Amino acid sequence: MKKETINKIVVTLIFLMLVSVPFGMKKYDEYANAGFVGAMEEVIERYGFFLEDVTSQIGVDFVHVRASVDEKLLHIEPQISSIGASVSVADFNNNGLPDFYLTSSEFGTKNALYMNLGNGEFVDVAEELGVADLNIPGLGASMGSIWGDYNNSGYEDLLVYRWGRTELFRNDGGEGFTNVTEEAGLPEHINSNTAVWLDYNNNGYLDLFIAGYYHEDVNLFDLAHTRMMPDSYEYATNGGLNYLFENQGDGTFVDVSEKMGLHETRRWTLAAASADINDSGYPDIILANDYGVDEIFINQNGERFFNTGQEAGLGFAPKSGMSVAIGDIMNQGRYSIYITNISEAGVLMQGNNLWVPTRRSSGDIPRFRNLAGNMGVEIGDWGYGGQFIDLNNNGNLDLYVANGYVSAEPDTDYWYDYARVVGGNRAIIIDANNWPAMEGRTFSGYQTNKIWLNDGAGRFQEVARSVGGALDLDSRSIAYADLFGNGSMDLIVANQHQPVIIYKNHTKADHNWVGFDLKGTKSNRSAIGAEVILHWDDKITKKQVSGGDAFSSQSQRPLHFGLGLVDQVEKAEVHWPSGIIQTIEGPKLNRYHVVEEAEDESVVISTQ
Amino acid sequence: MNEFHIPKSYVAPLLITGILLAAHISFGILDTYTKLVSAITAAITTELLLHRFVTGKWRNLSSAYISGISAGILVRSPMIWPFALCAAISIASKYVFRFRDSHIWNPTNFGIVVMLIIASDSMAVLSIQWGNNMWAMLVIWLVGLFTIWRVKKFHICATYVTFFLLFAWVRSVYTGQLFLSEVAPLTGPMYQLFVLFMITDPKTTVSTNKGQMLVAFLIAFVEMFFRLGEAVYAPFYALFIVGPIAFIIDKLIREKKERQISEK
Repeated sequence: MKKETINKIVVTLIFLMLVSVPFGMKKYDEYANAGFVGAMEEVIERYGFFLEDVTSQIGVDFVHVRASVDEKLLHIEPQISSIGASVSVADFNNNGLPDFYLTSSEFGTKNALYMNLGNGEFVDVAEELGVADLNIPGLGASMGSIWGDYNNSGYEDLLVYRWGRTELFRNDGGEGFTNVTEEAGLPEHINSNTAVWLDYNNNGYLDLFIAGYYHEDVNLFDLAHTRMMPDSYEYATNGGLNYLFENQGDGTFVDVSEKMGLHETRRWTLAAASADINDSGYPDIILANDYGVDEIFINQNGERFFNTGQEAGLGFAPKSGMSVAIGDIMNQGRYSIYITNISEAGVLMQGNNLWVPTRRSSGDIPRFRNLAGNMGVEIGDWGYGGQFIDLNNNGNLDLYVANGYVSAEPDTDYWYDYARVVGGNRAIIIDANNWPAMEGRTFSGYQTNKIWLNDGAGRFQEVARSVGGALDLDSRSIAYADLFGNGSMDLIVANQHQPVIIYKNHTKADHNWVGFDLKGTKSNRSAIGAEVILHWDDKITKKQVSGGDAFSSQSQRPLHFGLGLVDQVEKAEVHWPSGIIQTIEGPKLNRYHVVEEAEDESVVISTQ
Repeated sequence: MNEFHIPKSYVAPLLITGILLAAHISFGILDTYTKLVSAITAAITTELLLHRFVTGKWRNLSSAYISGISAGILVRSPMIWPFALCAAISIASKYVFRFRDSHIWNPTNFGIVVMLIIASDSMAVLSIQWGNNMWAMLVIWLVGLFTIWRVKKFHICATYVTFFLLFAWVRSVYTGQLFLSEVAPLTGPMYQLFVLFMITDPKTTVSTNKGQMLVAFLIAFVEMFFRLGEAVYAPFYALFIVGPIAFIIDKLIREKKERQISEK
């Protein structure tokens, strides 16, 4: 054979090898992540938990209805009104059982407050207690809610943010709610999809952060003009303002956003969370922005916020930020941040971000590196709520990620038209009139939610189909709570224009856990911002009480730690926003410890 | 005094590097430099090894550099390997698919289309990502077209853009969609790279000016059908089909003419 022919054959073989690389990788991936299908007991034995859909059994029949917007937007209404299904958890009547609040959005439809009866059943008491009828023309459409005891009365108050006026309800002893919006001094109109309670100046009163998505001058139900879409797909500068309202302690709030440095950008903020990520003693704010980069606002002693997104390493590559979750995924006493984005095969591959603190994190500005790819939690779909939850009580935080945008006519697709317009010039993309009509087409719909199990060694494995949680609705908001009082984290999944789904979590019986229900005295009564640092099995695990996080959600107030087979905990340190530290030596396992903030700086409580 | 001249073979590498730098400084289009470096390294390594293996000689690496940098810009993926693989496939295609001792596909066009077929769940192509700023777009178009005019390829770009606009109007009439939304892709970054670099690739364009304009027209024409079929990456598919056919026909016509001349 001629040398030339041999060369041709060799070169062709090299080419074929290159082309077959993705196929080989796919096959290996399928082999490595082959799901296990079996009976519930077998699944629990293998993965440590099983999710059972109990929605109808427990008396919950809530269906979210999306908002109808101005007729000028009718041609793209499913994507404009693609958000609004939300869930937040609180024990509103202080009976020790978690209840939950769900929002609908269409005018005339009702929100629901499901009260936990303690016998495995729930009943909607929203109407009776005055927090149902919140989707009203001229006032707004509900987008989400958060609970926080803003007046330190001992009862959790309810804030409902809307495309319209944000509403604040004072909890009257768990027996009813009074609308105190006007006396509180909250603004007339924000197109908000996220809000967070935090005590930014550590004065013992909860302040309120609310972010705008659409510009606040835009009334989506009565449009003045159609130039209200983002002016860029990745560098949009025409979103809503973000607000920080300082609680004056007398039932009123004052807008301190500008003074605190929060009016510097007009990004399209879709999700926010707060945590003290630089251990300064003050809560910082992390934002997931659609059509832009993620941001971190570092709190400088309650006097001003500085945007350090770029210095921290996460404010560089613009994506479509949808959700912010914060968790100590490596049990090292340091928070990582998970932000969902959009991935659609062959069209848009952003990948979700898992920002893990690097060793260069020191001083005021923490440094993060995106390790989503390395840890196997990068490729979702069209992501919404992404939340860290220890689903199998083994001590490692797992990830639940909601996926799916608009499920309409099956086997149709709007992506081509969407890509055509959003890649175009600012003058084109900004005007809703230029957006092709959706005409009932599906847009990244029928996608399955992901459940990634943390192996504790730096890798996650996707197990949704194995553990009973492969939901393919247009999921938005997810919250966890121990709804049935058995020490496992059950899930509430709010779905857009679809029914809510409740999963009862059956965990492995021999996996231990411990919980802490914190009550502030000097600090805010809800203990939002307080942290528990658990010392166990040569690990340090940190968790904080959240005032709202992920996508339009808030999970149970008591902090819950899975322990696996470990049967002893060395100690739990409670770090209050006031600066007081309480230590609980050897807390008993498999129970919630109610911890009231002490007067003294350092108190040791032994519960053995 | 000697006039300063940039050798022709360096014009395209310098231009694409300039566009990349401008885009990155303005918009930070590169997630990380790692991905771009992976693509360039893979392209250069593949070129060095295959060329040496096939011809026994080392070669100028400017075209490999362009293929690498093009893959680094055009491929969008949170992973690194699609960048390197696209660049390597692009270069390897030059040594596999040949006619009369010339490669027949624009390497990056080939690499992108093959990657869309074999790895669409791991990557996408720059289309809806990058800035949407009018001034940045105009500057890139003006600088790019001026440079293309200097290397005598302006007529290709002008023909393609003219017929893209014409067929956009035809599509808007046929589908009932707004003309502006049909034109929108042309104002985005994918087309800047496609028009300035891919359809003007000297190695894979036909020999005469009229022929080049005809091919540009045909690409726009075939693209119209891909667009009617809602293919997001219609221009790449159109060039993938039209490019090699035109190239082979051009070669055959030239050979025939040369034979006729020698027979005379």
